[in-house]
Amino acid sequence: MRLRALPVLAVAGLLTLTACGGSSSSSDAASSTSAAASSSAGGGDLTGTLTVFAAASLTDVFTDLGDQLMADNPELTITFNFAGSSALATQITQGAPADVFASANQKQMTVVTDAGLDADDPTVFTENVLEIAVPPGNPGGITGLADFGDADKTLAICAPDVPCGAAAETVFAAAGITAQPDTLEEDVRAALTKVELGEVDAALVYASDVQAAGDGVEGIEFPEAEDAVNEYPICTLTGASNPEAAQAFLDLVESDEGQQALTDAGFRSPSN
Amino acid sequence: MPAPLLVPALVGVAFLVLPLLGLLIRAPWSDLWPQLTQPQVGQALRLSLVSATLATLVSLVLGVPIAWVLARSTLPGRSVLRALVTVPLVLPPVVGGVALFLVLGRQGILGRYLYEEFDYTIPFTTTAVVIAETFVAMPFLVISVEGALRAADARFEDAAATLGANRWTTFRRVTLPLVAPGVAAGAVLCWARALGEFGATITFAGNFPGTTQTMPLAVYLALQSNPEGAIVLSLVLLFVSLATLLLLRDRWLGRSGAPLA
Amino acid sequence: MSLRAHVVVQRGALLVDVDLTVADGEVLAVLGPNGAGKSTVLRVLAGLLAPDGGRVAIDVPGGELVWDGDQRHVPAHERPLGMVFQDHLLFPHLSTTDNVAFGLRTRGVRKAQARTTAAAWLARVGLAEFGDRRPTQLSGGQAQRAALARALVGEPRLLLLDEPLSALDARTRLTVRAELRRHLAEFGGCTVLVSHDPVDAMALADRVVVVEDGVVVQEGTPAEVARMPRTDYVARLVGLSLLPGTASGTRVDLDGGGLVWTGEEAAGEVFVAVRPETVSLYLARPDGSPRNVWALTLVAATPHGSTVRCDLDGEVPLTADVTATAFAELGLVPGAQVWASVKASEIAVYPR
Repeated sequence: MRLRALPVLAVAGLLTLTACGGSSSSSDAASSTSAAASSSAGGGDLTGTLTVFAAASLTDVFTDLGDQLMADNPELTITFNFAGSSALATQITQGAPADVFASANQKQMTVVTDAGLDADDPTVFTENVLEIAVPPGNPGGITGLADFGDADKTLAICAPDVPCGAAAETVFAAAGITAQPDTLEEDVRAALTKVELGEVDAALVYASDVQAAGDGVEGIEFPEAEDAVNEYPICTLTGASNPEAAQAFLDLVESDEGQQALTDAGFRSPSN
Repeated sequence: MPAPLLVPALVGVAFLVLPLLGLLIRAPWSDLWPQLTQPQVGQALRLSLVSATLATLVSLVLGVPIAWVLARSTLPGRSVLRALVTVPLVLPPVVGGVALFLVLGRQGILGRYLYEEFDYTIPFTTTAVVIAETFVAMPFLVISVEGALRAADARFEDAAATLGANRWTTFRRVTLPLVAPGVAAGAVLCWARALGEFGATITFAGNFPGTTQTMPLAVYLALQSNPEGAIVLSLVLLFVSLATLLLLRDRWLGRSGAPLA
Repeated sequence: MSLRAHVVVQRGALLVDVDLTVADGEVLAVLGPNGAGKSTVLRVLAGLLAPDGGRVAIDVPGGELVWDGDQRHVPAHERPLGMVFQDHLLFPHLSTTDNVAFGLRTRGVRKAQARTTAAAWLARVGLAEFGDRRPTQLSGGQAQRAALARALVGEPRLLLLDEPLSALDARTRLTVRAELRRHLAEFGGCTVLVSHDPVDAMALADRVVVVEDGVVVQEGTPAEVARMPRTDYVARLVGLSLLPGTASGTRVDLDGGGLVWTGEEAAGEVFVAVRPETVSLYLARPDGSPRNVWALTLVAATPHGSTVRCDLDGEVPLTADVTATAFAELGLVPGAQVWASVKASEIAVYPR
């Protein structure tokens, strides 16, 4: 299930707000806030607008983290643009106004860094591994990655053109399996929908997607997933109109609380 | 020509044509050939043409009678029927695809029986492509034909009746020939819509080269990894559809044909 | 009698309730103003419209066939009839021959045979060379003749003509009317002609039924109807002044208050009919002893060829036709006072 407010932070938020001494009218005591202690720009004095371009898989986690940062800094407004990483990279190189870019893979981040648009070197802030998603009750009797070589089963994997498909090819190659999919989905969401509707026996998606789908699907981990660990890099951008807020958001994502939120959403902390 | 008509017309044409021009300008003409000769391109193109044509035929068989019922019958609740028939026009195609799953998928209301009794599933087959395209494109045909039927003089049908023609004969020998240009226009519209169909197809039929990957799906996926290739594929789709429409226009509709293509 | 029809249809506010009988070989004209319900009657006879009540039946060898009534409605395509419409309604996508052959094909005649018969009928209506043409390539008169051939080719029991000449220009109408008259004379079945033009009715019909506001107001031979109209509408159509009154001998006291002397004796409630050309106009009271002299006011004058039609108002409202020369000599202008005189022997009187 989806994970929302972090109770520990809510308490911290109360303390922070108290410290601010009623400088703002929007001091809703129930709202949570970030771990200001770990942030170099914390303390509720950020203002203006922060624009974050982030991979679609980060939608829930980043929205929550953004709410916290905004609650902590009442003068700050955060706008998110969640979409496929390649679309985002294209938009950034075409001059879209963004302060932060969080990509779902290194390749699309490279598009941005090659254009010289990164203000600081990108850092990997989280990882995602593949997981097998099956409908509740696992009607197809899927046990592991080897079932993807079974032509009798109805199977979905992502198209090789999109990141989850590239990762799938990697794990199949590593496992020596010739996959027999019935459909090459355009993105993870489409693959998951087909699992949720019970129209496929299994789909190869990311662990975070299984987590996000809640009770609609069941996840099966498999060891070969380690061969295609997907790293999520993040960086602030040269065109940033609000570098302080950008840095604060980066810091929040990399803080213990940010990492906990990502873990709860099915991601895992970087191994290095 | 009056400026209040001419100026917006020119702006409108520019609006419609400039994006196509953009495709032409940005096309990687140097590696056009290697892109085109990829086996997947031919496969996707063939599948697109075949499935769009089949979807148009199915739409003709089912849609012309619907249009007749809407335009000519005295059935109660026709306005409700009309609204229902045109739902796919306003429904996001992806939602249409999900809806098709719910009925024809192997867990669907009807599809379940096919799966349990005959071990047959529709999704992820070329049949599913045709069904998805028909679902999305048929309303265009129905609306065109209904319009043509309403515009046609129903007194010709009276005349046919006084000459001993029952309603079916009247429909075949009088009504249909009278509205033939409208039917052709609707079929072309339907075919074009089916050819470009993306959302319902990729949802309900999935995407697999050779069985369900039509050109729009190939274009969309190419866009993820190889934007220049996507432009080439788009141009191929564009030229093949334009050529087909122009050819049909000359053959079917002659010079005085309905305004299409 | 061969066709018996009692047609009852509610069309909006108008209740159509018309009784018709037509014998074999007879041409019945249904005459009436627009909106009187005559086309509705024709659509019911054709089977294109199911009536709300009444009965339509036609004699066949060995009995009668009920088309409407007795809880049944025989649809148009099962009735052996032919129909000619005002604007021909030839199918634009078929050649003239195929149009004429259409009614044979629907009744199961093989294509070659149907086309041969159609060609023969086209020859009968003088269109032998036009068989390959599309209807759009025919003139109005040719198209209407082709439509007649199309209606007659199946040898129907009943021929329905819905304003068959009113879409034609005046000269074509003359020739087509003459031709239609010839074909109707040869036709052995019942014919019902709907028209608002009395000339068509007079020229083509054996009997006339006048329908106004959904009901029959007069019935008779064309000559009877023309001589003795019973409503203002018919009187206007045939160009008579119609004056209701009460007769006693040769004296008629009009309902409107005037007094008219007639040549014939009559009694009780009557109509008096005055033909416009029998009315003479004077600026001063004429000398001599004409009994019918009235002081009237000229309300309108309309030139009509070599005559001028004068509408006169007063206690005996009349229409008078005077020659253009006489009109000029009188120097009449609307509003002028004139004396009108009619010989008693020229005035028709008949019971209401």
